[in-house]
Amino acid sequence: MGVSIKWLKQYVDFNWSAEELAHRLTMAGIAVEGVNREDDDYILDLDLTPNRGDCLGMINLAREVAALSGSSLQLPTVMVQENKENISKLVKVEIEAPELCQRYAARLIKNVKIKESPQWMQEALIHSGIRPINNIVDVTNYVMLECNQPLHAFDYRLLGSKILVRRAHPGEKFTTLDEVERQLDEDMLVITDGSRPVALAGVMGGLNTEIHDATVDVLLESAWFLGPNIRRTSRKVGLRSDSSMRFEKGTDINGVIYAANRAAMLIQQLAEGEVAAGICDVYPDPRKALQVTLRPQRVNYLLGAEISPAAIRSYLERLQFAVKDNKGSLAVDIPSYRPDIEMEVDLIEEVARLHGYDKIEPGLPGGETIPGGLTRYQRFRDEIKNIAAQSLNEVVNYSFISEENFDHLLLPPESPLRKVVKVANPLSEEQGVMRTLLLPGLLQNISTNLARKNENLAFFELASVFHPSPQGLPIEKLKLGGIVCGHHDLNWTKQRIEMDFFYLKGIVENLLWHLGLDQCEFAVAHDVSYHPGRSAVLRYFGDEIGIIGELHPLVLLNYGIKQPSCAFELDIEKLYTHRRTRLRVDRIARYPAVERDIAVVLNHKVTAAEALAVIRDAEKELLKDVVVFDIYTGAQVAEGYKSVAFKMTFQSLDRTLTENEINSSVSRILERLQQDVKAELR
Amino acid sequence: MLDKLKQIADRSEQRLAQVSSIDEINELKVKILGRKGEITQLLRGLKDLNAQERVSVGKIANELKARLEDTINRRTEEIKNQELQLRLEKEKVDITLPGLPWQRGGKHPLTLVNEEIRDIFIGMGFSVAEGPEIESDYYNFEALNIPRDHPAREMQDSFYISDDILLRTHTSPVQVRTMEKLAPQTPVKIIVPGRVYRRDDDATHSPMFNQVEGLVIDKNITFGHLKGTLMLFVHKIFGEDVKVRYRPSFFPFTEPSVEMDISCVNCKGTGCRVCSHTGWLEILGAGMVNPRVLQYGGYDPEEVTGFAFGMGVERIAMLKYGINDLRLFFDNDKRFLKQF
Repeated sequence: MGVSIKWLKQYVDFNWSAEELAHRLTMAGIAVEGVNREDDDYILDLDLTPNRGDCLGMINLAREVAALSGSSLQLPTVMVQENKENISKLVKVEIEAPELCQRYAARLIKNVKIKESPQWMQEALIHSGIRPINNIVDVTNYVMLECNQPLHAFDYRLLGSKILVRRAHPGEKFTTLDEVERQLDEDMLVITDGSRPVALAGVMGGLNTEIHDATVDVLLESAWFLGPNIRRTSRKVGLRSDSSMRFEKGTDINGVIYAANRAAMLIQQLAEGEVAAGICDVYPDPRKALQVTLRPQRVNYLLGAEISPAAIRSYLERLQFAVKDNKGSLAVDIPSYRPDIEMEVDLIEEVARLHGYDKIEPGLPGGETIPGGLTRYQRFRDEIKNIAAQSLNEVVNYSFISEENFDHLLLPPESPLRKVVKVANPLSEEQGVMRTLLLPGLLQNISTNLARKNENLAFFELASVFHPSPQGLPIEKLKLGGIVCGHHDLNWTKQRIEMDFFYLKGIVENLLWHLGLDQCEFAVAHDVSYHPGRSAVLRYFGDEIGIIGELHPLVLLNYGIKQPSCAFELDIEKLYTHRRTRLRVDRIARYPAVERDIAVVLNHKVTAAEALAVIRDAEKELLKDVVVFDIYTGAQVAEGYKSVAFKMTFQSLDRTLTENEINSSVSRILERLQQDVKAELR
Repeated sequence: MLDKLKQIADRSEQRLAQVSSIDEINELKVKILGRKGEITQLLRGLKDLNAQERVSVGKIANELKARLEDTINRRTEEIKNQELQLRLEKEKVDITLPGLPWQRGGKHPLTLVNEEIRDIFIGMGFSVAEGPEIESDYYNFEALNIPRDHPAREMQDSFYISDDILLRTHTSPVQVRTMEKLAPQTPVKIIVPGRVYRRDDDATHSPMFNQVEGLVIDKNITFGHLKGTLMLFVHKIFGEDVKVRYRPSFFPFTEPSVEMDISCVNCKGTGCRVCSHTGWLEILGAGMVNPRVLQYGGYDPEEVTGFAFGMGVERIAMLKYGINDLRLFFDNDKRFLKQF
């Protein structure tokens, strides 16, 4: 909001420069975003917090300046010369919805001459960002800016029998001043003339009773409408006016009459109107003044300051709060223009604000010290990030995705991953649903980077996915996802390391090893988003903890990715459940280990894991370790078969093994391989 | 015989001086001192000498032999050393070539800054609390003293899932959740890092961003403690020379409320583009916990007081790393990520 300093000075005298004023106000909680020069005036750009809507009125702002500078506030005098004719005979006001309109006052000004308002008023309005229209409308706007009381002027002769304030009828239509027809409902408050709406209460007047060049008599409305209702209405019809903005933030119910009189006086002066005697004021349930008790010791207790009771009292009085002593406490009458002040702490803030936040000495809390730190689970997650970050770059993707991703991932209609938490009001369809897996974001990261010619990509993300829950809040699951594409950056060693399935599997195995889940089993996966021959589910003793694989070529195509890419996704909570909590070391053997290599021909369908399991099972005692060290297909190996070489290490904890013992072990192993997986010795 | 002996010795010394490999030395050693070596051969003639001569020649011969053995040992050492030097010279590599290919990863800058913030507060005795990203209206608003239709809801335009469920607009709901869990226990000292969501998307707003919230509740907690704690934090994260100022502000869940500014870390307070030429940067919002919020959490505001604060992690990361575009955090461009 723009505030003219020239105008402000009509109510309070101060010697500060515009910059100094801006600084003082800012440090007192009335944030000034900038100061602009306009002709011979300076305009302050205020950024008010929602609790200080009162400062949208010049007089209230001037009161702040007076309190800060110590100078006095000069309110404009209001003297209305009234006619003999009493308003009560001409205007009837009835409030049918007192819960939404707690006060409605009207004044009648007859025989006005519509013309331009004087230069000073036009200037004041322009400096405040309001376009001058004619003397009547300008007066209502001027007084609104001055008193923070929105006013409305009707053409009295176009009005019907009475003013009736009621809820709109369902489906009722009404055309506002901006010539837009609005659809109303029962939650909206309208001002009617007994038969039809003439204003959408607190938001905008109607085209039907607008002040125009031939207007003769003016009915002036000054009312109090319930802020939350105005806010709802204004949002629903998509119309935010200077008036609605003020009502939303709360206006001064006891300032209604002052503003009405001030406007009547100005109309009398600027439009030569004749003001009917009296004011039609319907205020069925007058508001009781609020009194709040303030304990000076509580001020210092909460602030950690030493402000004397006298100083506390003087800060409040500078704000024009009436303060009375009450057995060591202060009884403070809260003026109705400060609806933000409801309880003791609110007054403590007022004291602190005027005292100056910077004057309160900083300290550190004493009392009992407690050890802070991370929980085991938090440390576990940190460890995962640390390990993943050794070979993958961490990404942060939005939690919402487009539902289209599920089609891109080839998920069938019945896939549980399609059961999503929907955002009711997304910014776009691209952000329409909460993600149920991390994969879409990761694929998008690959696609975006490749499009920018960033090759050789390796990313991970640790974040939540969301699933609907029949009751209460949706289910949030923390996941670790990763994706790789391309190869290691070019180097001089002639080694080109492809970031393929086994590369990524190595990363995952390393992670699992560090977390103590090295006994995790990789079993053939049946996941439509992945390559059927190059994907695995991870199981820890039967519990499925995640998936890894090369992505299905069609999925890659759907994301515009023209290179093979591999991804994994693990369930963090499951990793945590199965993590190793206690490490026990194996004894280190003092007797020599003996290595034996064997090569066997196996059917293609026999997996390494199956063969290794047979070997381990055949020699439970002496076999210390067995690894696959070569796999060969091609000449000399029949189609559909592969030659697999194993390196086996035999060792005993209590003796040196004899050649015979080892030989018999090896033959037992070979026998079992023949029996169980139809292996042939090469 | 003595002359011959001396001749052999001299010749051997000369040859030993010229050899250049261990093999040659060994060969020479056999030739001179071996069973069939020159000296052994010559000394076979000792038996033809008389006893006196035998003694004196034998003595000299032994001395010569010892001397030659010494020379051989010395030369062996020298040559071994030479060979080692030669090998080392041969094995020299271009140490300026890059190391073996290891594809480096790295943490996201937001993670790094989050960890830094977290560690500072853990050092002050704080624990880390967490809560759901999808929240109920009650925890996100009601229990934080933001009833329906409160104008403060305007400050935080929300993504709704249903009427009562929304994506949390701040990490503050965890304040109430933690209080409910702990009340009436004191002290409460937590920070709450996490993702939050607001319906805003432009150059300076992202619909998803990260916050760190803090909450301290105990007997005798004052506004002074709030100032002291936050000042310590700012000095640890931005350096001791950073100046701090406090402005009154408004948050429905704190009263009094405060906005903390620091002197611009870019221009040191003289005014630049980063601080919009004000010399100050808004860095976090804070305040004394509103008594109503304490009550919602199950505490008696007459018994305990507390302070709370909240900051945007992106903002701090931008200042720390000199990042000028918020969108870079969520763009996930390799060229950006690989710098961390």
